[in-house]
Amino acid sequence: MNVHEYQAKELLRSFDVPVPEGKLASTPEEAEKAAKALGTPVVVVKAQVHAGGRGKAGGVKVVRSPAEAQQAASEILGMTLHTPQTPPEGKLVRKVYVEAGSAIADELYLAVLFDRAVEKYAIVASTEGGMEIEEVAAETPEKILTVHVDPNVGLREYQCRELGFGLGLPFDQVKKLVPFVQGLFRLFVEKDCSQVEINPLVVTESGDLFALDGKVNFDDNALYRHPDVAVLRDPDEEDERERAAKEIDLAYVGLDGNIGCMVNGAGLAMATLDMIHYCGGKPANFLDAGGGADKEKVKEAFKLILRDPNVEAILVNIFGGIVRCDLIAEGVVAAAADLGIEVPLVVRLQGTMAEEGRKILADSGLDITPAETLQQAGESAVAAAQGGAA
Amino acid sequence: MSILCDRNTKLIVQGMGRMGQFHAGLSREYGTQVVGGVAPGKGGTEIDGTPVFDTVAEAVAETGADATVIFVPPPGAADAILEAADAGLRLAVCITEGIPVVDMARAKSALQDSSMRLVGPNCPGVVTPEQCRIGIMPAQITRPGPVGVVSRSGTLTYEAVDQLSRIGIGQSTCVGIGGDPVIGTSFIDALTLFEADPETRAVVMIGEIGGSAEEEAAEFVRSEMSIPVAAFIAGQNAPPGKRMGHAGAIIAGGKGKASDKIAALEANGVAVAASPAAIGETLAQAAPEVAA
Repeated sequence: MNVHEYQAKELLRSFDVPVPEGKLASTPEEAEKAAKALGTPVVVVKAQVHAGGRGKAGGVKVVRSPAEAQQAASEILGMTLHTPQTPPEGKLVRKVYVEAGSAIADELYLAVLFDRAVEKYAIVASTEGGMEIEEVAAETPEKILTVHVDPNVGLREYQCRELGFGLGLPFDQVKKLVPFVQGLFRLFVEKDCSQVEINPLVVTESGDLFALDGKVNFDDNALYRHPDVAVLRDPDEEDERERAAKEIDLAYVGLDGNIGCMVNGAGLAMATLDMIHYCGGKPANFLDAGGGADKEKVKEAFKLILRDPNVEAILVNIFGGIVRCDLIAEGVVAAAADLGIEVPLVVRLQGTMAEEGRKILADSGLDITPAETLQQAGESAVAAAQGGAA
Repeated sequence: MSILCDRNTKLIVQGMGRMGQFHAGLSREYGTQVVGGVAPGKGGTEIDGTPVFDTVAEAVAETGADATVIFVPPPGAADAILEAADAGLRLAVCITEGIPVVDMARAKSALQDSSMRLVGPNCPGVVTPEQCRIGIMPAQITRPGPVGVVSRSGTLTYEAVDQLSRIGIGQSTCVGIGGDPVIGTSFIDALTLFEADPETRAVVMIGEIGGSAEEEAAEFVRSEMSIPVAAFIAGQNAPPGKRMGHAGAIIAGGKGKASDKIAALEANGVAVAASPAAIGETLAQAAPEVAA
């Protein structure tokens, strides 16, 4: 789960990580008031959307008076932001964060993440603050410092000092970096984050350290024990269909093709997309109906697939292990009857109770193309979608 | 022969909820020795004729169990894994999906001091055909034979096993290693066991997007393995930045792409199926001696 910059900074502040003072505004008037209350000679008005690269896209403006802050906010609020990280249709800006400007002497990079390759936490730092870290890693990998932290030992103070000296900071700034890194690390572990990224971490002209931008992502599997984090979810920032899928406990990812897919299991669902491509077609979505798929869930899944106007055929591919194919078949029949599915339907049932399931489909009198193998399923679905388009 | 489990394995079930009981029943029907269950507070009772214990240590002492299957819900699953390790079990297979990464990272680190092997979490389990079923796999699609199967997926494993069985190629053991970012048994661990098993004469490896386990396995196949390996990588058409169902299946920061994994496998002599429908066939071509 992602959160907005203003929410990330609230969290950072609560873990004693220094961040500039700032206020949230949803109207130009609020932005003006916020700038006045901050009272600094320079304030920054920043679009609040779940995407990086806002500055280059015109979503961040540096201004020198409350009146200018109002003007900047009126330009940013309501604009549709297009950055390399936004979906093709862009993201509508509904809120701005008005923040006190800082006198910047240097920009650094600092992040905490989980390194799957070594199964330890990693603290990553670089002198190249303000740049995309992937770019730095590709072009100047020697400018990236990494220390690994054992989950059962925790972060040691010397590791923070190593990073500070490695970044070339003078000792009095290294002493400020130690609690900074410790705060980030505590936030990461205590709130079950999947990433905490400070880019840039600013060194001010007076030698203080600040998190000028902050990005915090959370492990969805741990949200159950962090109700304070779960409430930070912003439904406006999520894909509408993915959100609806989550509510009924299905994994759904929208794609740009015309063959709707319903599959049990993430691996088989990915392989089904690959099969469709291999047969020359394009899938409209990834959908993992999960281990608990039953009649009701199948119907909900059909509803979700059919909300996509591009869908011209549907492929149901079930390999029953826990899932019983007869229950899936009943769900398909019920959904076809209740929802009036007009696009061609290809159904492959294998595994637990597959024969019973196939019989239910055959006896239903519905116009369903059965498939025995994965290959047949892919070919039939692609042919059906092409027929529908003609 | 087989890896991980066989007809002598004595299995207990941690988490005797609806799912734990159901699959304990199926495993017993398959011929697996299910010797006990663990459900704190229900010690001294019986479920379907299986004695239930309050703690794993007690279950081990009373039954001589050497393996456990864990169905405990996510908040208690890492604890269940460590309880199994402390009780001296040889093997734990964790089916639970949705364990927080922090919990698994700590548990995995703690397991370094233990001799217990963990398979999973978020996995379908292990089947040695006609001998032992641990977990939730539909064992009826397997048949005994010389091919080891190792996979990050559940249902795609069934698909691969089914393709093998249909062309008359049986399996030594089928292992689902799980779709989470932190798992107990890696591809390399499973490949090491298959390589050492005299009856396993070829391996099918099913990977997917996310992480770098397939790339590491590719190197291992070239440098350490004498038996042929065929593979399939799921998610060749997955968009970057989206979690594809499994917690670990995500292309992040340009890393974990299927194309990179396929290239690494092919460069190290692994036959990679271009289509998910051709997994069985690809193995048959890579290992003609097992197909005969």
